Amino acid sequence: MRVPTGVRNFPGGLSLDHHKEVSRAQPLRVCALPERLILPLKQHRGSPAHPCVEPGDRVMAGEPLALAGEGLSASIHAPTSGTVLAIEPHPTPQPPFTPEPSIVIAPDGLDRWRKLAPIPRPLEAPAERLIARIAEAGVVGLGGAVFPTAEKLAVPRELLIVNGAECEPYIACDDALLRARAHSVVQGARIAARAVGANRILIAVEDHMQAAHAALARALSEIIGPPAPAGHTLHFEEREGEGRWLSLPIDLVQVPSRYPQGGERQLIYALTGREVPLGGLPRDIGVAVINVGTAAAILDAVVHGEALVSRVVTVTGGGVRRPGNYQVRLGTPIETLIAFAGGYREDAARLIVGGPVMGLALPHDGFPVTKATNCILVLAASELPRPEPELPCIRCMACAEVCPARLLPHELLRRVRARQWPEAESAGLSACIECGCCDLVCPSHIPLADWFRFGKGELGARAEEERRAREAKRRHEERQARLAREAAEREARRREQTERLADPAAVSSLIAQARARRDQTPPE
Amino acid sequence: MLKVALALLPGTLVQMFVFGAGVLLQLALAVLFAYLLEAGILRLLRRPLAPALGDGSALITAWLFALCVPPLAPWWIALLGMFVAIVLAKQLYGGLGHNLFNPAMAGYALLLLAFPFELSQWPNPKQPVSLEHAVLTVFTGALPEEGSWDAIVEATPLDRLRQLTTAGRTLAEAYADPTLGTLWERETSWIALAHLFGGLILIAIGATSWHVPVAAIAAVLLLTGPLWLFDPDHHPSPFAHLFSGAFMLGAFFIATDPVSGASTPRGRLMFGALFALLTLAIRRYGNFPDGVAFAVLLLNAFAPLIDRLAAPRIFGARR
Repeated sequence: MRVPTGVRNFPGGLSLDHHKEVSRAQPLRVCALPERLILPLKQHRGSPAHPCVEPGDRVMAGEPLALAGEGLSASIHAPTSGTVLAIEPHPTPQPPFTPEPSIVIAPDGLDRWRKLAPIPRPLEAPAERLIARIAEAGVVGLGGAVFPTAEKLAVPRELLIVNGAECEPYIACDDALLRARAHSVVQGARIAARAVGANRILIAVEDHMQAAHAALARALSEIIGPPAPAGHTLHFEEREGEGRWLSLPIDLVQVPSRYPQGGERQLIYALTGREVPLGGLPRDIGVAVINVGTAAAILDAVVHGEALVSRVVTVTGGGVRRPGNYQVRLGTPIETLIAFAGGYREDAARLIVGGPVMGLALPHDGFPVTKATNCILVLAASELPRPEPELPCIRCMACAEVCPARLLPHELLRRVRARQWPEAESAGLSACIECGCCDLVCPSHIPLADWFRFGKGELGARAEEERRAREAKRRHEERQARLAREAAEREARRREQTERLADPAAVSSLIAQARARRDQTPPE
Repeated sequence: MLKVALALLPGTLVQMFVFGAGVLLQLALAVLFAYLLEAGILRLLRRPLAPALGDGSALITAWLFALCVPPLAPWWIALLGMFVAIVLAKQLYGGLGHNLFNPAMAGYALLLLAFPFELSQWPNPKQPVSLEHAVLTVFTGALPEEGSWDAIVEATPLDRLRQLTTAGRTLAEAYADPTLGTLWERETSWIALAHLFGGLILIAIGATSWHVPVAAIAAVLLLTGPLWLFDPDHHPSPFAHLFSGAFMLGAFFIATDPVSGASTPRGRLMFGALFALLTLAIRRYGNFPDGVAFAVLLLNAFAPLIDRLAAPRIFGARR
């Protein structure tokens, strides 16, 4: 694919205060092991994993606890060594916060590992082997969408984009990871490119991430060689004859700080000028996008034989004493993580998982950190947006001006509110990326994105219902067809027999045959 | 909404300077009736009073209406106008954001049809009326100093132009007539100029988008420019059209109403151009001297269709 140099502006979007200085000021710290780890069986897109351990079993870090279920799914591994206490329902930090089956582990404090065998020379290994290992290690997209990575990499693409454009305010986990492990991210990206068959890698960071950019540039120079700068990008290309994996140019691109720059579709457009088709996926235009954390997890799985058992989480906001970025074992209760981050301040007012725009307010801190948890935001009372009464829409178009999907949110809102689903669908409801820009600018304080999330849920439920109805209809029709076919066959046989028996010569020959058979069988 | 009121100030002040204190009186009456009627209808509909009365939209509706009404019109014109605007066109359609038609224009147009006499008695701009006289006339109908309407009233430039050209004069002859005069000799052109200034402020502070006014002005230049260049004796210049009647007020303050107008960017361009086309057509072929109110109301009815035709391409949709 020809990738034009230079960066485009995606439609809409907003410049937001990024509030990342506080958490960014600290180095990446490792969160202490809690007394209990709680691992929901579904921490990824798709079906839940099936447990392969029982209460009382002793497990080592990296050992599988639950194996990928049918269809789209991912395995879950023990984050540390210890004992399986129970497999029981536990509340998960996703609405509606209902308890989901989870594996509870009591760590033994020794943190002994059972690693997979490293794959030697991964850049020369067959793609299937890399993908199998990535699946085995339970790697999912760590940018928040938790799409099983092996599934993504199994469809060949030309271009791999590594997404470090961390655009939502407060969140700095990718930034921290890049500053600490830029080398791993670059090597992981090369392995991912090998797995997906890409012939080009673009690594994108937002332009406020100077330290992360510098770390990446250093790592790339060490791994590949000095760059050729071109505008917003640093171009790295391996030269032939150096005995390394050849002809895989890598570009390190700085993209403008503009929310939601890190949205998959927005980033692809900004970097390549191509739009992911409506209702389609990046694979439809030959692009794969992985988060920088995912790239590091791929390296850990392939080169170090370590399953995905921890991730970087930003703990920040005015309501927490020691904001920063923490390497956290999956399953660590948010409560423990916050205690490790110095605990709450007196004026802590709201607990949010995710960022301030797209995040989700939690009713309490008893939820575990999962593969999807990128940020724990504790807002102080003074940081809370003042609740404003909702006013009627006056069609001022502020929402349409910032919509990255180029929708008319005010028109869409009318249809969703009236539950006119076909009309909402034709107005582009499913194209909404739920970025919340419309909410932020609405002068009438209408919670548009909440309505659209609700509407998309309804559309999904309706599609599922329709699919089931179609399925049932298909089964019914098949059964009817089978019954009719069988009846026809029976009728044909009967008719044939009647015809044969109508001829006396045929009857006597049949009797003769039967006699011959009887005489042939040896007497007892 | 307060920004809109601020941007209306230059034109309002010039209009007061030209026509006297009656303008202020009409404004006060319209605002008073607008808020009284709005409070009343909200009570009847059992809707909360505070949000609707506090949003400033009634103020703008009353203000726009008052600028369209002759300064000496009787007091009940403002009452009836605001009844149609606030009660019928706005609250009975569901309140702010739900009205199909621009309330001020609905009120004005209905009253123009019902009371053409009262709504066409514009006094001579060369003799501004004092506040005392205005109060007397507006509330009692009595005219100051044993004058008659004929002595006070003077045809508006658009009316006069129509009379003179219908009588067979060429435009050059009509402009030479002392009762009409050239464009910048007419006081009403100054009002339009002030509205242009206020409208530019409105765009500069981001209170409205540029699409409608730019498209409207461009359409006037494109539609009337060639005709005027070809035959200036029978076709007024584009500038005469732009600075006559309520065109500037309409282009910047009325056709830009987001609620009743088109909302997509391309839709707004279409809306602005069609607004100019209809205004010109009504001026040229209609029975009323100016066409702004009717053009806006007609287009309000078409706004949903325009938006449908002009919807932007959704990100990722096929070109």
